Amino acid sequence: MRAAYALLLLVAGVAQAAVLPEDRADILYHRYDGGGVTVEGPSVLVRKQIGDSVSVAANYYVDLISSASVDVVTTASPYTERREQKSLSVDYLRGKSLYSLGYVNSDESDYRSDTAFVSVSQDLFGDLTTVSLGYSQGWDTVGQRGDADFEQRTDRRNYRLGLTQVLTRNLLLGLNYETTTEQGYLQNPYRVLRYTGPVAGSYATGPEVYPGTRTGNAAAAKLKYYLPWRAAVEGQYRYFADTWGIRAHTAGLEYTQPAWGKWLFTGRYRYYTQNAADFYSDLFPSANYQNFMGRDKEFSTYASHTLGVAGSYEFSLDFAKWVRKGTLNLHYDRVMIDYKDFRDLRLPSEPLYSLDADVIQFFVSFWF
Amino acid sequence: MSTPLTTPTRRRPQAALLFTMFFASALLQGCASIEPWVKPYEREHLADPIMALDRNPVSSAYMDHVFEVREAARGAMGGAGGGCGCN
Repeated sequence: MRAAYALLLLVAGVAQAAVLPEDRADILYHRYDGGGVTVEGPSVLVRKQIGDSVSVAANYYVDLISSASVDVVTTASPYTERREQKSLSVDYLRGKSLYSLGYVNSDESDYRSDTAFVSVSQDLFGDLTTVSLGYSQGWDTVGQRGDADFEQRTDRRNYRLGLTQVLTRNLLLGLNYETTTEQGYLQNPYRVLRYTGPVAGSYATGPEVYPGTRTGNAAAAKLKYYLPWRAAVEGQYRYFADTWGIRAHTAGLEYTQPAWGKWLFTGRYRYYTQNAADFYSDLFPSANYQNFMGRDKEFSTYASHTLGVAGSYEFSLDFAKWVRKGTLNLHYDRVMIDYKDFRDLRLPSEPLYSLDADVIQFFVSFWF
Repeated sequence: MSTPLTTPTRRRPQAALLFTMFFASALLQGCASIEPWVKPYEREHLADPIMALDRNPVSSAYMDHVFEVREAARGAMGGAGGGCGCN
């Protein structure tokens, strides 16, 4: 099964000023390649204003997945999968308030996810401050290939609070807080755990057992500064904690430099670290060692580094005057993950697992 | 021995109320008289596209997704963040 998600791409929500978003269209190709997994596909976003106070947006996104990951190779068979996601949203501007409403559907052969969201943002204090509130609710249905009778449900709720503050004529501050609650079937029906076998050095596998609820809280701060030679630098930090005992830190730094009139270059670095969930273990002492048991490497202890570069070229179309401007964009990110307590079972020595992934995006954007 | 213990306990709600009233009053006065310290004509740099907090929503949403499906943490990463049914 491929993890499904409801991407709230179209939320005009947190940390944006109470103005209608610009009319634009984006056509993006994405590719992720790492750890035996490749995921690629298109994403198309179109946003258009209707009248003076309404803007609508639609997004179509596809993941074409081919997986022979370390989990799959050691406990299952390689597979291919296709996930499609469609979303639609409406923004309504009234005075200094922006109201947003939308719906997202994600579908693959063994996972369906539906999400509805609302948000409102309000400009205050001479438009130096923007406060945003958002709520979303999701309903997921989990299936299992090869078992038509298997069907489980997951319900999700998100509460978001955001604040954007103009601090000086060159400095912006963004603060975001988000609570996510999930209830239902929160594990992966294909993944198994392992425990010590009867013979020394051997192990056996068994089903995972996850808690039926999870609540996570995330708080983030972002500062963006305009440099005197027309460049921008951005720093970001996020703290995350949840009821499964996971604590995570995310820190990022980004530098943007325009050049030669029509070019824009960006360099970025992101660091991420988390500790394992309370019920995670790479190797349990016995089959029913505790109430909840899991061996998903996403809930293990690890740290990752991501280095990225991006280039953008601005152009105009003489034959289509209704297009105000367009950009050609190429992004490349290298993700490097080192797991601290998840072992690679493909090798007899069971070394700690690590993976490097290449992430490429190529997209064209039009403003009209 | 009981007097010193009971007296502050009685005073505490009054003190809290007075403090709240003073703070609320100060805040409301502040709202009425607040002056934007960055004038509209001083926002040239902030209006530059390179200062947008989310310049390419379709790209940042994709990167959020790349990280969300591989990490336990989620949320609060800005306008493109969102729910996740990731298992």
